[in-house]
Amino acid sequence: MSKLVVTSVGPATSVQDGGRYGAQRYGLTPSGAADRLALAAANCLVGNPSLAAAIEVGPLGATFTAREGKVRVALAGAGRNAEVAGRPVAFNESCTLNDGESLTLGFVRGGTFSYLAIEGGVKGEPMFGSLAVNARAGLGSPFPRPLQNGDVFDVDAVKATIERQIELPAVSNRPIRVVMGPQDDEFDDGKQLFLGGEWKISATSDRMGYRLEGPVIKHLHGHNIVSDGTVNGSIQVPGNGQPIVLMPDRGTSGGYPKIATVITADLGRFAQIPAGVGFRFEAVSMAQAQAEARAMADLLRTLPERVRDARNSDLNDALQTANIAGAAVNAFDSGTWQTWSLPEP
Amino acid sequence: MTASLPPPRLLPSGDAAITVEFSRSIDEQANRRVLALDRALADAPIDGVTETVPTYRSLLVHYDPVQIGFDDLGERLITLARLPVLQTAKTRRWRVPVAYGGEHGIDLEDVAKTLNTTPDDIVARHVAGDYRVAMIGFTPGWSYLSGLDPSLQMPRRQNPRLLTPVGTVSIGGVQAGIQCLAGPSGWHLLGQTAVRTYQLHRDPIFLLEPGDAITFYAVDSKEFAEQDRAAERGEFVAELVAS
Repeated sequence: MSKLVVTSVGPATSVQDGGRYGAQRYGLTPSGAADRLALAAANCLVGNPSLAAAIEVGPLGATFTAREGKVRVALAGAGRNAEVAGRPVAFNESCTLNDGESLTLGFVRGGTFSYLAIEGGVKGEPMFGSLAVNARAGLGSPFPRPLQNGDVFDVDAVKATIERQIELPAVSNRPIRVVMGPQDDEFDDGKQLFLGGEWKISATSDRMGYRLEGPVIKHLHGHNIVSDGTVNGSIQVPGNGQPIVLMPDRGTSGGYPKIATVITADLGRFAQIPAGVGFRFEAVSMAQAQAEARAMADLLRTLPERVRDARNSDLNDALQTANIAGAAVNAFDSGTWQTWSLPEP
Repeated sequence: MTASLPPPRLLPSGDAAITVEFSRSIDEQANRRVLALDRALADAPIDGVTETVPTYRSLLVHYDPVQIGFDDLGERLITLARLPVLQTAKTRRWRVPVAYGGEHGIDLEDVAKTLNTTPDDIVARHVAGDYRVAMIGFTPGWSYLSGLDPSLQMPRRQNPRLLTPVGTVSIGGVQAGIQCLAGPSGWHLLGQTAVRTYQLHRDPIFLLEPGDAITFYAVDSKEFAEQDRAAERGEFVAELVAS
């Protein structure tokens, strides 16, 4: 058995998977990956189930070192410099670390979270069916907290002999789609401001909630409601009129009116909007939102069919180098990088 | 023949959850209907419903839009919600020990001053209450109780505290509460219980259920310390007096 050692890591990097469901009625929030599609892409590349646990790497850099044997990994999600022993590593493609080699990840560019999946998966004891870290509740395995320097993952011996790559659909740049409600009747002009305004995600955001900065949304009847249930993507408007979008580590109930809810299909795209970058919301009908949710479920289900052998590694290296040279690499570019992949032999 | 009840409002909480709202305010009758609908869904599950979250006044129903759509699920929920509320399940009643005042309840003196009475009188009124778990939310095991003596109702603190202790027993507005984990709170801290409403590696992990009845009794610091050690070993500490 090999090991993957966390050689250096910043805050906000933790083990996450598809989430922990069934105990929201007891106040236990689901947690889980902020960008499920990126988690699934990383997992598929190393042959893991789509929503298996992987390392969600926060905006700061990190270094991981293989010990006592080879470790095969794959990166997906928000782009950043990535290299092993001086060789650039492509996103949406697997790579193998030889014993003693380190994977070094730089600061995120144009996104928030990257996902590092390990062939054979993360080994731990699931609680409520999940290894995801929920530090507040003391849950998560093998570590019930964000990763720290020196943490060690036990890893199965590498089985795959050829690296894999995946082509993902290009990520849209359209506004973040929402379904209005459940408390949009607590707002009047506020609804127009919310939908018409330009928003930025504040740097004080975290996995509990992303704080937004933009026009001040006024309530019709004050900002206190009797607490009711929340979902991922609930958009609360507290007293200062600056919305908070609830993320996977949210409280399961809350006492601020919720003007709208981010649609399931756009949750990952929203989670990856970098702090300080302007974006807009767009209201869609329930029928549209549910059609998009079904399409996203289809995409997740069929993701393994998109995985191909990576035979064009020289070409990829050249591309990756070009991308590193340009400053504009971001998660939204990952689709276009992969248009170079060769057809299945 | 029993007349069916007025329908709740169906509020979309995104494309994968519906808020079934029985009232906009804290209302004992509405909470009973919430718990009855929750029970009905547990007894006869609807395909596609993944989990439910009862609150004071609404039931949040999470579902998978691949399996069932908003209109179809909404219609079925409305039908269930209009059925008369039957008192079928027996109520569980817990006696929960509380160490009041001092380091355990740093706001007891202030609450007494604000209400022009003595700390002992506040404790007597708090202990005399017959409470029900209206909902559990926010953080694991945070139990929101209905049944607070109206004479103890007072606005929340102007400045919420960022950290309140494990096991805090507090009041805020018309609500009373038992929290399990340390965390932020704008409520007034009356005391502390050794009871863990949430404890990993214990069966059950979550002690209380929405709908459970609660009465408090006072213990001193020494008893609290003993109970705290017992709770650490996995004992409930809370006493189940009827089930």
